[in-house]
Amino acid sequence: MNTTVFNMAVCIAVVGKENSPKYISCLHPEQELQFQLKVHTSLDVVEEKLSSVGKTSGDVRELYLGLLYSTEEHKIFGYVTNTKIKFIIVVESSNTLLRDNEVRMMFRKLHSLYTDVVCNPFYIPCDHVISTNFDTTVKNIMTGNA
Amino acid sequence: MADEVLFELLHSELVSYVLKNSEKDKKHGDLSTLEYVGFSAGYRIIERLTKEWPRFKDELDTMKFICTDFWSSINKKQIDNLRTNHQGVYVLQDNAFRFLTRLSAGRQYLEMAPKYVAFTCGLIRGALSNLGINSMVTAEVQSMPACKFHIQVQRI
Repeated sequence: MNTTVFNMAVCIAVVGKENSPKYISCLHPEQELQFQLKVHTSLDVVEEKLSSVGKTSGDVRELYLGLLYSTEEHKIFGYVTNTKIKFIIVVESSNTLLRDNEVRMMFRKLHSLYTDVVCNPFYIPCDHVISTNFDTTVKNIMTGNA
Repeated sequence: MADEVLFELLHSELVSYVLKNSEKDKKHGDLSTLEYVGFSAGYRIIERLTKEWPRFKDELDTMKFICTDFWSSINKKQIDNLRTNHQGVYVLQDNAFRFLTRLSAGRQYLEMAPKYVAFTCGLIRGALSNLGINSMVTAEVQSMPACKFHIQVQRI
């Protein structure tokens, strides 16, 4: 009945140390505003998860935070690096083919991509990410071609 | 190994280049440029080093990482001694600091030592800064290849 091709993700965002947006990319650019809202809403959940780790020390010290929250049409996943950079991935809820492992893989790729950007000596750490290589690879991750 | 020599030579060239320029600008012996280069390098390198690492529990946990993994990836050895007063002061002691082992072990070049530790001070400061710890890093050389790094964490 359903013949639509599923994308891996519909939106990928990178948020900086002090919760300032660094990068956002959506599969459908006209929805960007809606996704920005979702991404920034999810930052509260990220904060909550991080602080609960501190109290029950040694519990979940993994960088991958798992599902942050889900709405009717979207699921939102989070990942925070040791340097407090947050990666947020938004997935369509109807996409049941997507496993936890694949989401993890996407974050892993995103993280190594980001470290490459930071290691670029011309990149100033607090700036927006404007690398075209980063952009195209993120788009490939979203469509599942990476 | 050849690649280690490259870093050592590049570092000593960097030191002499920076000092030559500071002489030209009449700021004799100004090491802040060197420290800043280190800061920038440390800030970037830590992003890559902590990629496969679980989240750090606290400040001491971060400091231990600096002493073991961070130090050995840069200097091919670990810090020999870590001491702290648990109030934000850490002293990292390296008994054979990489950039000093090539110099005479006597007192002859003791006054040259600060030039060769400024970069590493910045490196530590940059690494900690990206991990969310603002600090002041100074170095102290008493007898030649040994070096003590004092880290003072700035609390808000």
